[in-house]
Amino acid sequence: MTHPTPAQTGITPGETAEQHAHFEARIARGEKIEAGDWMPAEYRRQLIRMISQHAHSEVVGMLPEGEWITRAPSLKRKTILMAKVQDEAGHGQYLYHAAETLGATREDMLQALLSGKAKYSSIFNYPTHTWADVGMIGWLVDGAAIKNQTMLAGCSYGPYSRAMVRICSEETFHHKQGKEMIVAYAQGTPEQRAMAQDALNRWWWPAMMMLGPHDADSPNSGVLTRWGIKLKSNDEVRQEFINEHVPELLEAGLTIPDPDLHQDEQGNWRHGPIHWDEFWAVIRGEQGLNKERLGARQHAHDDGAWVRDALQAYTDRQRAVAAD
Amino acid sequence: MTTTPTTHLTDTQTQALLLKLTVLADDEIILAHRDGEWTGHAPILEEDIALANIAQDELGHAGLYLSLAQTLGGSDPDRVAFWRGPDDYRNTRLVELPKGDWAFTMVRQFLYDTAEALWLEAATRSTYAPLAEIAAKAVREEKFHVQHTALWVERLALGTPESERRTQAALTELWPHAAQLFQPVEGEAELTAAGILPDLNAVHARWTDLVTRHLVDKCGLTLPDAPTTQPGRDTHTHHLAPLLEEMQSVARQHPDAEVW
Repeated sequence: MTHPTPAQTGITPGETAEQHAHFEARIARGEKIEAGDWMPAEYRRQLIRMISQHAHSEVVGMLPEGEWITRAPSLKRKTILMAKVQDEAGHGQYLYHAAETLGATREDMLQALLSGKAKYSSIFNYPTHTWADVGMIGWLVDGAAIKNQTMLAGCSYGPYSRAMVRICSEETFHHKQGKEMIVAYAQGTPEQRAMAQDALNRWWWPAMMMLGPHDADSPNSGVLTRWGIKLKSNDEVRQEFINEHVPELLEAGLTIPDPDLHQDEQGNWRHGPIHWDEFWAVIRGEQGLNKERLGARQHAHDDGAWVRDALQAYTDRQRAVAAD
Repeated sequence: MTTTPTTHLTDTQTQALLLKLTVLADDEIILAHRDGEWTGHAPILEEDIALANIAQDELGHAGLYLSLAQTLGGSDPDRVAFWRGPDDYRNTRLVELPKGDWAFTMVRQFLYDTAEALWLEAATRSTYAPLAEIAAKAVREEKFHVQHTALWVERLALGTPESERRTQAALTELWPHAAQLFQPVEGEAELTAAGILPDLNAVHARWTDLVTRHLVDKCGLTLPDAPTTQPGRDTHTHHLAPLLEEMQSVARQHPDAEVW
């Protein structure tokens, strides 16, 4: 007979039913759990997994758009794009700090990313082919991310929730600049319009998929919902995303690459079947730029090793001087 | 140097000021471009943030200079940035050299930021109010840049033997190019006499003193000999052409585009 695992029950050997009852009552009352509070080991483990994965997504997420900083077509766009990619680095930083409050270290998390042990959002393994991809990522990918992050801003773990509040306000700027760009190009020269449409054709489905598998296929949802980490299901969040973005894309004069897309009697936009094979192939790193993205991170990490060593040596020397 | 406000520029003054503003903007644009190459690839996450911030400030300064130039009859700032080739750019060689390693980037930024901060500080007293206003805005940002890059150079120079070696190598390569930052443009003497522009020789002297104290006295680095003459800002290394080709590629693929 096999026993249920902590991932299924949430209870790790050594933890008592009273501790769990007290913890779950706090969540039911809407209290935030803070860094020093008692929490189930499984709650801690799941949060470290989610927050570090989220941090890695921000850090790897700098790359697809960052490639275009050197090619941005105006001084204003160049400044905005640098500010945006800088924000992603900042989000990575808050999130690593949020995970550190649970006992993780940045070094360990980075090692887990570079070794391939930790995941990041597979959306960042798609290539950016044209300048319009920068706008479409802002509009759709950040638009989808905001839906998820707004939900997480209400989650039960205080440091994660507060990081999300701050991140959401910056993401709103990212979303706005992406939308503004694409709307302008959709009304621009025929070449700009074609570039915007081509970007939509390539990013629509990946953006839909980045909100995660259908609820029935989402392995971690049960315990995360019970503990107030995940307040909405993947399909609910996806529906919010579609309902907001479909009318706006249509108004911009673009064609959404889903022949089955329609509005139901309740006013919800209904999408056609999602090709999950592609999603899982990208997650497994069989498709997309997984190798290139991790290679770029590894390269930056290796190239920066002597710099980090120098910082450490300098700091040690300053401390020794101060101690004398 | 006069302190009477300059309310009207003569044609020769206008031409000289236009050229000066273009020269200043070109340095900012090219340096920001090189710094932007680090975004997402810096040695620590905190520097992806800090250096991107510095680069945005430099681009912002370029925008201020070029907008002022536009009011004096210059072209649209994006036209100036994206539609001139290497023969028309007037940036120094210092800023166009490839980004190199982190020591190279930090030493270059330090040499540039100190020169810019001192020049801007003097330019806040310009008799030409539009320039004095720009300088007052930009100098606040430059003071932060100087603090940041001065500390980096110190940490690298006094870090490990490897970081010290790399920092000295960067300084040895960059130092001969730095004096180009203090080359006057044609007609600059007249603008200086009218108090419109700072006295470049005085700024140069203050800069030499400041960087020597930091690099030599504090960081233990050695200043190499600088050449007695400098090439003009109209001649470039072979690194500028590919930089501009990449930077201008999207803009030039869409010559009819009116909005970006």
